Amino acid sequence: MMDLTPDEWTAILLSIRVAAAATLIATPIAIGVAWLLARARFPGKAAIDAIVHLPLVLPPVVTGYLLLLTFGRRGLVGAWLADNLGIVFSFRWTGAALACGVMAFPLLVRPIRLSIEAVDRRLEQAASTLGASPWRVFTTITLPLALPGVVAGMVLAFAKAIGEFGATITFVSNIPGETQTISAAIYSLIQTPNGDAAALRLVMISVAIALTALIASEILARRATQRLHGA
Amino acid sequence: MLRMDVIKRLGSFSIEASIISEDRVTGLFGMSGAGKTSLVNMIAGLLQPDRGIISIDGDTLDDTTASIHVPSHRRRIGYVFQDARLFPQMSVRQNLDYGRRMNRLEPNADEQTRVADLLDIGQLLDRRPGHLSGGERQRIALGRALLAKPRMLLLDEPLGSLDVERKAEILPYLIRLRDETGVPMVYVSHNADELRQLAGHIVLIKRGRVIASGGTELLPS
Repeated sequence: MMDLTPDEWTAILLSIRVAAAATLIATPIAIGVAWLLARARFPGKAAIDAIVHLPLVLPPVVTGYLLLLTFGRRGLVGAWLADNLGIVFSFRWTGAALACGVMAFPLLVRPIRLSIEAVDRRLEQAASTLGASPWRVFTTITLPLALPGVVAGMVLAFAKAIGEFGATITFVSNIPGETQTISAAIYSLIQTPNGDAAALRLVMISVAIALTALIASEILARRATQRLHGA
Repeated sequence: MLRMDVIKRLGSFSIEASIISEDRVTGLFGMSGAGKTSLVNMIAGLLQPDRGIISIDGDTLDDTTASIHVPSHRRRIGYVFQDARLFPQMSVRQNLDYGRRMNRLEPNADEQTRVADLLDIGQLLDRRPGHLSGGERQRIALGRALLAKPRMLLLDEPLGSLDVERKAEILPYLIRLRDETGVPMVYVSHNADELRQLAGHIVLIKRGRVIASGGTELLPS
């Protein structure tokens, strides 16, 4: 049952790579956006909030198509990035990571924002009177205290990215070894005669990855909380 | 010397106060809700006056006509709040060291030992704030503010959240602090006894206005 073919291994490892890259790159951006939404007052805040949550409510195919229009080889941003920085997203695993990062972004921002909002501002004031600049207040007080939320968001984002299908396949297609993640591989296998057994193996794998992520997040969040109020 | 002459509107409440004090300890006395905390928040830079000036020893911290507002982290004014506000994710030692780190001062073990002895907190250094009594927390908050090398110390009802016994426990430390450190203090309280023991110059505050200032004889008996 667990004898995986090389192709299946490729899909699994690719999924993990795509999801890890998406999560790691999206996290610092999400922390910044979450901080803005939680603490800053500026015009257009409601619009930013809406845009951040858009991937959650748009059909994934629409998000994928918008990514294709923007970051595709002939897209406005995509063409510029390819010509000037040599960064290409279309039909590459990097594009899959971009799609997953965008789709997972709202799940990342939400818990981080909530945990930043829960940080006692009076502690931030105290830090400020002790000589901490706003940036250092953020790095030494706000962020460490919001850490459980950051961890929760990262795990959620990783799980979402592992399972992302619609936006990824629309944006970067379904190329084995390059953009074929577990979900795309399962989709292909189901459409292949006699592919059921292989599809089932991958289904088991994705269930196992999701469970591991959930358990890991529980343990990490508990540790982070202990560290905060801790012994 | 502390000089402040400020106007601040806070909803339906307004503050118009002029304070000049050269004493080692300035006591702000008034009922709760009189605006004392808002006044010290303005000295600390946590609240910006609508109009007016604030200066310490001739150094302007706020001057609205000249658009000067020194941010709180550059004022070097220590602040001990009623609730100690220790950082829960740090040990006592890290809390005490925080101001030194943020101000990029050289580590000074002698200074740390001196403050730890002054406040009797040497045995608490490896503990977490969550495991301390209210009185211990307040002593550490005092130490933390002192070790940031402030040019002035603001104490806003530092005994306010403590019961009678704990107050009696902390008061001697405050007197030692006044006599041994030489850092000028602004001490906010609605307790006349505390101020009689600590302050030299008294400012009476009522509904956002200064109604009298002078010696401790102003305090109700």
